[in-house]
Amino acid sequence: MKIVMAMVLATVAGALSMPAGATVAPLPRDSVYQSTAQLTDAQAHRFAWSDQRGRAQLVSMFYTACRFVCPMIVDGAKSIQQSLTEEERTRLGVTLISLDPKRDTPQVLARMQKERDLDRARWTLATPDPQDVRAIAGLLGIRYRELADGEFNHTTVLVLLDANGRMIARTEKVGGQPDPSFLAAVRRALVPLR
Amino acid sequence: MRLLLLLAGLLPLTAWASDGDGYVRIPPGDFTSTLAYEDARGPVRIAPFGIMRHPVTNAEFLAFVNTHPAWRRDRVAPVFAGPDYLAHWQGPTRLVPGDQAAQPVTRVSWFAAAAYCEAQRARLPRWLEWEYVAAADTVRHDARADPAWRDRILAWYARPSSSALPAAGAGVPNAYGVRDLHGVVWEWTDDYSALLVSADNRDQGDPDRSRFCGAGALSVADREQYAVLMRVAMLSSLGGSDTTMSLGFRCVRGLP
Repeated sequence: MKIVMAMVLATVAGALSMPAGATVAPLPRDSVYQSTAQLTDAQAHRFAWSDQRGRAQLVSMFYTACRFVCPMIVDGAKSIQQSLTEEERTRLGVTLISLDPKRDTPQVLARMQKERDLDRARWTLATPDPQDVRAIAGLLGIRYRELADGEFNHTTVLVLLDANGRMIARTEKVGGQPDPSFLAAVRRALVPLR
Repeated sequence: MRLLLLLAGLLPLTAWASDGDGYVRIPPGDFTSTLAYEDARGPVRIAPFGIMRHPVTNAEFLAFVNTHPAWRRDRVAPVFAGPDYLAHWQGPTRLVPGDQAAQPVTRVSWFAAAAYCEAQRARLPRWLEWEYVAAADTVRHDARADPAWRDRILAWYARPSSSALPAAGAGVPNAYGVRDLHGVVWEWTDDYSALLVSADNRDQGDPDRSRFCGAGALSVADREQYAVLMRVAMLSSLGGSDTTMSLGFRCVRGLP
């Protein structure tokens, strides 16, 4: 009987400790990862946008054929990274989501990733399915319109998502030096949880 | 013989008028939007599509919520619908008894409206499609040049929004057989967030080069079209999770 009890206790203890390590807290209701959208990255790897949960992300939307502002978005994200300590940098991902699924194939994304020297460990360039582009933009508060010549008009913005996909800061001051209040929000988001 | 030919000629016309499931077939045409973009001036070819005869009602939206409970007001994630989503209903799955069932549904977010249409194997209309159909009066497909028609629409905008909504479909059908495009509620479009109004950029030095990538915030080709301007001003101010007490929607679908 005592043995049985001990076994039961061991089982209960195991059952209690397992989920603590294995399961994940429910996704916050105000997380953009409530979206079921799928993305395809420069390595042609298809993943759920919500798979990015777990690390804070700088997010924006862009298209590779863009000549003026999109290069500025990449520069803006780089200048944020450069303002951080090495340890902070490892805790921040940068995700650029394409507005242009027709043209931004994995090959095209890969070329841009190489040309702009965007480290794969920290940068994700990805394209949604065509029918999800406007919903993703809506969640990020990004407005856009495709022009007659295939270019896009779009909001130039950097959005900061915490590790759970909650939008905690945004800035439309993207070029030049980092927006100080936005940079401060990034730093706060990267303080390790104790 | 001539009579037979005449009858044969009429048959397709009848088929155009409606297809019996709440959608009206809209023929293709060339259409010049009231909105002028630097990159796209002149007429645009509109492909044929089907559009709901009247805006979606509260009863119809309740049926959707019952089969898609993730869209109940007490369950929906706030990223998809703001705090006033369906706030005028008596409960999460209960309408106020009486007139509400037949009234157009309002206080719906873009995400909710898009999900409703998707469940119908349809989608929200693009702005151009909506404007194309809404340019008609009761007899003409494009009545926009008629000052009397403009005045009638503007009279609606001048009416206080506190008055109770009429039942959806109670309005007079336009030349396509579509009702209530004006005079009842505002309506979401799929591309509401493509309406980029440059007034948003007044704090930026050069809007084309900073806030928006590329050229071409919109201007208005015909400044007499106040009604269109008001729609644009409203839609361009909204986010996808926003709801208002006078904003509803209807769906469209492509034709085979």
